[in-house]
Amino acid sequence: MIVKEKKGHQVLTYIGLMLITLLTLLPLIWMLSASLKTDSEVFSLPIRWIPELPQWSNYIKIWNKIPLGRFTWNTLKLTVMITVIQIITSSFAAYGFSKCKFKGRDLLFLCYVTTIAIPWQVYMLPQYSIMNKLHLVDSHMGYVMLQSFVAFGVFMMRQFYLSIPDELLEAARIDGLNEYGIYYRIVLPLSKPSLATLTIFSFVTIWNDFMGPMIYFNTTGLKTIQLGIRMFIGQYSTEYGLIMAASVVALIPVFVIFLAFQRFFVQGIATSGLKG
Amino acid sequence: MEQKTKTVKLKLSTRNTLVGLSFILPNFIGFFIFILIPVIFSLILSFMEWDGFNPMKFIMFENFITIFKDRVFRGAIWKTGYYSLFTVLLSLSASLGLAVLLNKKLVGKGFFRSAIFFPYVASIVAVSVVWNALFQKDFGPINGFLKMIGIAKPPGWTASVDWVIPALIIVSVWKNMGYFMIVYLAALQDIPYSLYEASTIDGANKSQQFFSITFPLLAPSTFFVLMMLTINSFKIFDLVYMMTEGGPGNASTMLSQYIYNQAFISWNYGKASAAAMILFLIVGTITVLQFKVEKKWLSYM
Repeated sequence: MIVKEKKGHQVLTYIGLMLITLLTLLPLIWMLSASLKTDSEVFSLPIRWIPELPQWSNYIKIWNKIPLGRFTWNTLKLTVMITVIQIITSSFAAYGFSKCKFKGRDLLFLCYVTTIAIPWQVYMLPQYSIMNKLHLVDSHMGYVMLQSFVAFGVFMMRQFYLSIPDELLEAARIDGLNEYGIYYRIVLPLSKPSLATLTIFSFVTIWNDFMGPMIYFNTTGLKTIQLGIRMFIGQYSTEYGLIMAASVVALIPVFVIFLAFQRFFVQGIATSGLKG
Repeated sequence: MEQKTKTVKLKLSTRNTLVGLSFILPNFIGFFIFILIPVIFSLILSFMEWDGFNPMKFIMFENFITIFKDRVFRGAIWKTGYYSLFTVLLSLSASLGLAVLLNKKLVGKGFFRSAIFFPYVASIVAVSVVWNALFQKDFGPINGFLKMIGIAKPPGWTASVDWVIPALIIVSVWKNMGYFMIVYLAALQDIPYSLYEASTIDGANKSQQFFSITFPLLAPSTFFVLMMLTINSFKIFDLVYMMTEGGPGNASTMLSQYIYNQAFISWNYGKASAAAMILFLIVGTITVLQFKVEKKWLSYM
């Protein structure tokens, strides 16, 4: 009797989960399907999920209509640069904030934490004027500076380092390692899951960022892939097939990174104390 | 001088400070110039009149008075609150529910988890195009479906003053729930299974178990989720900008959109900063309140 009830439960759970998953993925499936359709076919009802004549040419046309190749390259360059800088400097700073004791440390850290709660729109404007003064507007350099030092990375890495027992570091100190050695030889190798988590976060945030590039890049040659899709919407607003194809192309790198790191990601959220 | 520093051993605390600072400095210099200074600067700007070109003028609370007289600003506060309340509550329940479902022993757990998480990593630009198309009033698939199941006059979604915010809430919940589900899943794995076994022996049923074991033990995570969701919902900008640009009319103009419009369209830096301060005050107050409730709640346990 009990076994039977359990089985019924299981079946219900599966059906429920499958429905939810399907609903969640539906917009993405619709996007994929629309990217292979002609413009007139996109909105035909009932929806034909598999297009009659897949328009693979949509995926070729998008590269010629706007400089999408250039945009992709720009985005890749910026994303990789910022992610690398952020990971190196944040994990370094996080070590200082969690394993070195000195006066004023916690006050400094408080400054970091406060800025996480402040919406970007609050300081977007003064930031822009400062960047303008430094002649960093409309340059990749400026955007890299802007995004590399956000407080979230430091906060996340610190949360993880707090869970590394101090006795471990003490033992290393007695063995004659200095702080830099401890960071490099002990702490860094231990923090792979949280480094992976930060990599995903940073990669996804920068790759998907729209506002930053929109405000800071005016020259077409500097623009990123998200601005490219937006350009498509502006210039070819009725050509849904092309818009969707460009959107799919923009999703692929994020998808790959996500799949590659997702095992670490769940683990990283669990161990870095991000669950509170 | 050089001789002296060489011979006199640096005091230990000074050395520690120097080492600690050397770790922090590479990040802090960038953080200080590009984030901390702008934050402080924006506080000052909210008491100034400035268009970005002419000299600044100190005008006390003038900016605050002007924006509170502005109907669009008051509307923006109300709409941000409305949007945030529902987005937070619905995302929280959805992510908790999904986490509880996925915490069981299941085949294909990894697949379900990744699939539900995926909207979180998808770009807002791409996602908003898709949802805008899905929400299309006359020939969009959602209304097509609603008509099919017998609703003769489906809502106008993003084209309607009343339905635009519910539409934004739906998209936000869809995008948020995967991430917070994982946060909850991580926490659920820490709850010892023996607690459930013991309560089963005592004759507790599933829902009793949920309300007297799972939910209380998840309280710290719930507070974290609540805080992150609140901060993120009040900060909402990209999604609204991409889907509706604050329209139709000002029907979905929320606080950050208002700040953006004041700053980058009207070049009214002072008013924009004043509105930004109000946004910061609201988010700050809610965060502090949540911390207080959390402390009180956790001390009961």
